[in-house]
Amino acid sequence: MAKELRLMKGNEAIAEAAIRAGADAYFGYPITPQSEVLEYLMGEKPYEKTGMVVLQAESEVAAINMVYGGASCGRKVMTSSSSPGISLKQEGISYMAGAELPGLILNVVRGGPGLGTIQPSQSDYNQAVKGGGHGDYKLVVLAPASVQEMYDFVEKGFELSFKYRTPTMILSDGVIGQMMEKVELSEYKPRWTHEEVVKMHPWATTGKTADRERNIITSLNLQSDVQEEHNLKLQAKYKKMEEDVMFEEVMCDDAEYLFVAFGSSARICQKAIQNAREKGIKVGLLRPITLSPFPSVIIRKYADKVKGMLSVEMNAGQMVHDIKLAVEGKTKVEYYGRMGGIIPIPSDIVKALETKLIGG
Amino acid sequence: MAELTFQDIVKEENLVYKKTSLLTDKALSYCPGCGHGTAHRILMEVIDEMGYQDKTVGVAPVGCSVLAYEFMNIDMQQAAHGRAPALGTAIKRIMPNHFVFTYQGDGDLAAIGTAETIHAINRGENILIVFINNGIYGMTGGQMAPTTLPNMKASTCPFGRDVSIMGNPLRITELIANLPGAYYVTRQAVHTPNNVRKAKKALKKAFEYQMNVKKGTCFVEIVSNCNSGWKMTPVQANKWMEDNMFPYYPLGDIKVPE
Repeated sequence: MAKELRLMKGNEAIAEAAIRAGADAYFGYPITPQSEVLEYLMGEKPYEKTGMVVLQAESEVAAINMVYGGASCGRKVMTSSSSPGISLKQEGISYMAGAELPGLILNVVRGGPGLGTIQPSQSDYNQAVKGGGHGDYKLVVLAPASVQEMYDFVEKGFELSFKYRTPTMILSDGVIGQMMEKVELSEYKPRWTHEEVVKMHPWATTGKTADRERNIITSLNLQSDVQEEHNLKLQAKYKKMEEDVMFEEVMCDDAEYLFVAFGSSARICQKAIQNAREKGIKVGLLRPITLSPFPSVIIRKYADKVKGMLSVEMNAGQMVHDIKLAVEGKTKVEYYGRMGGIIPIPSDIVKALETKLIGG
Repeated sequence: MAELTFQDIVKEENLVYKKTSLLTDKALSYCPGCGHGTAHRILMEVIDEMGYQDKTVGVAPVGCSVLAYEFMNIDMQQAAHGRAPALGTAIKRIMPNHFVFTYQGDGDLAAIGTAETIHAINRGENILIVFINNGIYGMTGGQMAPTTLPNMKASTCPFGRDVSIMGNPLRITELIANLPGAYYVTRQAVHTPNNVRKAKKALKKAFEYQMNVKKGTCFVEIVSNCNSGWKMTPVQANKWMEDNMFPYYPLGDIKVPE
C-alpha cells in the first residue's frame, strides 16, 4: 500500500495521530499556540468515526481531571495545552503520577513566566522533567523536533505511559506546533474494546465483577510507612524507565565539540553544524529525544571524547544543569540560548561555540 | 450451658434488616452520629437492589468521605479537591452504560469545585452528584464552609460567620437547579427513619433517570450534621440541624422532570 502523506501543522499532526492511534478521549481548553489540536479534532468528529470522545472543558484544571477519570478506566486519554495552562494542570498531573495512571499531555511551550508571550520557548524544561507538581515523581517526557515526531510520539507516548503507568508529556514548542511539514500517516488502529481493557488493565475501574476485588484509584496513603513504600515503588519505576531512553547523534563520530539540544533548538543546531564545519570546526549534535529519562549515559560517554559541550536552549539555561550532572566535570559545558520567544540563529550559535568553548 | 454465639442469636428468619454486601466490613471512620454512614448505606443499597455493582464507578472527594472507597464495595476513584464532576464526566462519556456517581461535601462541591460542579451540570452530564451539606469543613477540623450559616461558629469564624465580612452561605443547590442540564434536583436528610426512606427513594429515582431516561444530571443534596465540628452531641446536632439548617436549606424536591 502506498504511503499516506499529508502536509500538516504540528498541532494538527498530534490530533490526527490521536484518532489513528485509537485514543479514547481528548479533553482540552483553548490556549495559543496549541488551539489547533482541539479545533482539528472537533472538525474531524472522531466520536462519529471511532467513538473517540472529544470535549472542550471549562478549564485546564477540569481537562486534566477528565484525563484522570478516563485514564482510571484504563483508556487512552489525552489533553493538550501551552505553558500557563500546563501550570494549571500540574495538580492533576501530580495526582495521576501518585495514582499511577497513564495518559498523554502535550505542552506546546510558549515563553514565560506568567502570561509571558505566545511565541515559542523551551522554558518549561525544568517543570516537565523534574516533575512539575508537588511530590516526588517523574513523567516520561518526549521532545519532538519535527512534525513527523509530533505525530509519532502520540502512539509512542501512550505506549510508554501504559508500560510505566505514569503520565507522558510531549514537550513541544510554538515552532513545532505551528510549522507545517510532510507527515507520513499510520494505519488506523481500532480502539480497545471494553473486554480488552478489562483483560489488559486489571487495575482499571471498569466495574467490580464477582471474580475480583474492587479496584480503587487513589493517591492517598495516610500512613507514612505505606506512603514511603509507595514512593520507593515509584522511584524504582522511574529508574527502570531509563531502559527506554532515546536520543539522536548527528555527526558525532569525529566531533571535537558537541551541541546538546532538543526540539526546535536541535533543528537549528543542524544548520549551525554545517556552518561550523565549513569553518573547519568539528562539531556534532547530541539530541535528547526523551528528556525524562535523560540520556545521561551517552552524554557521559562523549564527555571523555570531546573538548566541550554547548547546551543550546530557548530558555535561561535549564537542561545545561542536567548535562553538567551527566559529565561529572569531565569536560567543559557551556550554555547558549535566547528567551522571550526569540529563536536562536545558527550564526549566533556558532559564535557562542567559538567564544565560550574554542576560544575560552 | 454452652456459650451463645452470634449465630445463635441472629438467625436468618429473625432478620428484618441486614447490611448490604456493597458495604465492606471495614469499620466506618466517621464520628458516631455522623450522617455519612447512613448516606453511604442507602446509596450502596440502591446499587445493590438494582444489581449494578459490576457497572458502577463512584468518585470519592476530598474531605471526611475521602476514604469512601474503603467502605463502598465497588470500583472507585479518588478525585483531587473539587474535581469529582470532571472525573465523572470522563468516566460516563467513555463508559456511557455504566452508573456513575460523585459523592462530595460542601467545601469540595460548593467552594473549590464550584466551576466543575456548575459546568458538569450545565453540560447535562448524565451522572449522579450526591452532595453532603453539613455547613463545615469536617476533615480539616471544623473550618468555615461555603454553606456555613450566618452567625454559625467555626474555627475560622470563631465569633460566628459575619456575612458582612465573610460573605453569605451559598445555596448552590438552588443555583444549579436553574441550569438546563440539571434533570432532577432534590434536598433530603438522613437523620430520622422517615428521612432515610425519602432520601433512598430520591437516590433510586436518580439511578433510574441516569440509566433509563438519560436526560441530564441528577443532584441529591443531603443536609447532614457534623457533631464534632459543631461541637455538640449527636442528638443536639440533629436538633440544631432541624432548627437552623433546614430553614436555610429547606428539604424537598427543587427540580423534578416535567
